[in-house]
Amino acid sequence: MSTMTALARALAVEQGVAQPIATVRHVHISDRPLVFVPLALAGEANAPLAAMVGDDRSDPHLLVVAQPRNRDQRFAFAAELARIFVLYLELFFGAEETVPVGRGGEQRTRYADAPQLLVPNQGGIEFVALLGRSTRFRRAEGEWAVDPAVPVLGQWLSWLAGRAENPASSMLLAMTGALARHWASGQSAVEDQNLAALAGWIDPPEGMTGQQAAAAAEDPLTWPPAGPATDPTFDNEVLARLIENAARAEGDERAERRALRALTEALRGQIEPAWRLVWKSADLLRALPPGEHVARRWDDDKDAFSLYAAYLREGGAPQPRRDSAVTAARRLAWLERETVRYAAQRAHDDPLVMAEQRLAGEAFAGQVIAAEPGRVVGSGRGRKLRPLITVATTDPVAIEEGTRLVSPSRPGQNAVLVSAAPAGEGLTEAVLELSGGMGYGLIAPTGTIPEVGEQVCFATLADDWQPHGELPLPEDTPWTHGGPPVPYQPADEDVTEAWS
Amino acid sequence: MTVTEMAAHAARAEQEVLAALDRLAGDDRAVVVDSPPGAGKTTLVVRAAVTIAAAGEPVMVVAQTNEQVDDLVCRIAEAAPSLAVGRLSAADYVTSPRVGLAGALVATGLDDLRSCAVTVATAAKWALTRDGSWPWAIVDEAYQMRSDMLLRIAGRFERALFVGDPGQLDPFSVVETQRWTGLTWDPMVSAVEVLLRNNPSVQVLRLPVSWRLPATAAPVVAEAFYPFGGFSSGTGPGERSLSLRTRGLGARALDECVELAASAGWALYELPPRQTVRTDAEAVAACAALAARLLQRGCEAASEVSPGAPVTASRIAIGTAHRDQARAVRKALAGAGAPEVVADTANRLQGREFDVTIVLHPLSGRRDATAFHLESGRLCVLTSRHRHACIVVARAGIPELLDAHPAVEPVHLNVPAKFPDGWAANQAIMAHLADHKVRAS
Repeated sequence: MSTMTALARALAVEQGVAQPIATVRHVHISDRPLVFVPLALAGEANAPLAAMVGDDRSDPHLLVVAQPRNRDQRFAFAAELARIFVLYLELFFGAEETVPVGRGGEQRTRYADAPQLLVPNQGGIEFVALLGRSTRFRRAEGEWAVDPAVPVLGQWLSWLAGRAENPASSMLLAMTGALARHWASGQSAVEDQNLAALAGWIDPPEGMTGQQAAAAAEDPLTWPPAGPATDPTFDNEVLARLIENAARAEGDERAERRALRALTEALRGQIEPAWRLVWKSADLLRALPPGEHVARRWDDDKDAFSLYAAYLREGGAPQPRRDSAVTAARRLAWLERETVRYAAQRAHDDPLVMAEQRLAGEAFAGQVIAAEPGRVVGSGRGRKLRPLITVATTDPVAIEEGTRLVSPSRPGQNAVLVSAAPAGEGLTEAVLELSGGMGYGLIAPTGTIPEVGEQVCFATLADDWQPHGELPLPEDTPWTHGGPPVPYQPADEDVTEAWS
Repeated sequence: MTVTEMAAHAARAEQEVLAALDRLAGDDRAVVVDSPPGAGKTTLVVRAAVTIAAAGEPVMVVAQTNEQVDDLVCRIAEAAPSLAVGRLSAADYVTSPRVGLAGALVATGLDDLRSCAVTVATAAKWALTRDGSWPWAIVDEAYQMRSDMLLRIAGRFERALFVGDPGQLDPFSVVETQRWTGLTWDPMVSAVEVLLRNNPSVQVLRLPVSWRLPATAAPVVAEAFYPFGGFSSGTGPGERSLSLRTRGLGARALDECVELAASAGWALYELPPRQTVRTDAEAVAACAALAARLLQRGCEAASEVSPGAPVTASRIAIGTAHRDQARAVRKALAGAGAPEVVADTANRLQGREFDVTIVLHPLSGRRDATAFHLESGRLCVLTSRHRHACIVVARAGIPELLDAHPAVEPVHLNVPAKFPDGWAANQAIMAHLADHKVRAS
């Protein structure tokens, strides 16, 4: 926890309401997200019990599995969910947009918007991943045939869960995590996992403080857990009896209907509060102005979505169970790049996040007090424009000399810290050498270099990740990593794999 | 054993490594050498490189940082002046004067280094070069290299020698994921771990003698951090000593602590218990004051190398867990009139050697013991940089904190258990330090 967050949490306790730790929104919130609130049966690995799902807050679909231990009913649940999910996806397969490729004037098309799946908490993301894992290898024909939509659902859910590992992606969001990126509550990070408590801190009901709202959220009668785990008392006292009734009623159609209705209503009561909370959290986030890079990151999501949709249309195979050595290394490099990029963009978009960097000595802001805009180094053909500026700052500068810095207002320009020396009265004078972003000549066009008197900010966080070098092709995997892997071929045996 | 016997013992181990390399054939393509702190790892790398190159086969040498590369280039050039040594470097690398003096060829591309028998570069630079292949590679600090980096360069060599210290810090990533946990090719673990899991027949040898650690430290460090592959100190009890040329005056606890460290090789400077922020001002001040006191008291080190050399500021280091702590210590050192004392984090002190180290204990003043602060590699690096003495500065109550935070890391299928466990290592060191405690007044 950074000093700023610690302070914000202390302030939240003092003032009885969560404190903002961001001035802008750092995630994309779709105008039409698909909200998914799953519940799982206790004691069974990822056995779906019920789910509320839909893209219309006033008209949710409630799916219920009357006998969660019955595999057939699980696949019926998956098929029903797949139907809703695929209908939702089809909303995005229509409109396309063209974007330029590189500088050559070439263009390519992608979908104009992408789906967004919102779940209440991290457990919801894990549920999505596991549900995808247990459905993507199924087949629509042969022995153990399932509804053809089921494996498609599995592939999409697995893909979304994989994307959710990337902090820069907004395609699958856990609302607790998304809220916690923008507000600091007066409770611990573990307690923040409870969506009702966190939302209570951020937007307490009339006449209540954050503490009181969070305390009220601990009562499972008014605020049942937002899943996937259910309240144990509900399990023992209500759910067990209703599932038993449904099992006993088998054969008697009327009794069966009655039992199912009772079960459905009980589960609706458990799930509906979380459903409303997810929508409310989305509203809270939507009310914040978006950060500058949010739309650009959502464009990346749209690109990824378009690519994967095309891959599936061409009959793409489901994701293999495990990453091979090369795939794993490539994915790690991708995740590292995205993580670094997201951290930099977040700081550059948001002065409050940048303040955290400044407090840690990794960035500083101040006024330009001297400039040498025409400085040229080298000789002959190697002559290069390298202006120097001196910035006076009251921030503690803890950056080593020679470190490359970037200013949010001039992202294309690099600055190297030449020296940083205390200049009395708590001031530090930092001398920076600038390069790039000034055209090609030996005279910088006006405005490309900070002028004397200008307020500037420089940070070590930079949005340019250097690749670690190329990876071998999978078929060239070296002996140190077990040699070339056997290429993944979906096999019939995959279908027989047990659900849990 | 005497120093000469120890030297013979170490030389035999080194011969064994060279013989094992010589025997490599067919599917046996690698030898791993585990080296405890200061056991002559670099010497071994240099000797192996020179031996292979002398036999007419080109060698690529992989190190992890530019400083290590410079160091190796100089050592190899010194050991075999007639050998053509190349240093492959990034475009923005500024040739260090010592590399220039050593007569090595420095280039940004392999084309200019074709004539070199030994080519040295960082792993990152090797990964960026496209062509060329070598019959031999020597990978230094292989336990600090990540497995995905090895994947990028492993296609470039036929056979390899991996040398490293298994007790030091594991490689690091900004990404936290358990997606690959348990896979034999997990890209986030060390290069050696992946190599050994995929090639179980690879021979693992060990260097048995630490030339850095004194007789007072070797058994303690070996027991805490190398429970199965112990090692001994190259020097016997009493062969190294620290003496203080002036008498203490005015600062009783500091003097007592410095004197204890000089006589016993260890000291724990214990501050009153308190939960503090990371840059605990009192602990930081104590670290700087201890360093300054050592200098004021005219500390002199006698060893097998020299009968009495003054311990200057640059021979003293202060190690911390976090960068902001190191920064605070540096500031305090400037205030205490000892700005030349080295203050840095465990990561940065890896591979370096000093006469006396002062350690700001990673768990000092903490409310909890997280995996980061418990990591055995961190404490191992911090407590194994010294030739003479190590002073640990900490708030009281660390053993109790450890007891309150038993290791709770989840156990994963298919992941070999790691020894030592950070929790146990911390307990072992604290138990030893309990007998060398000085309370701050």
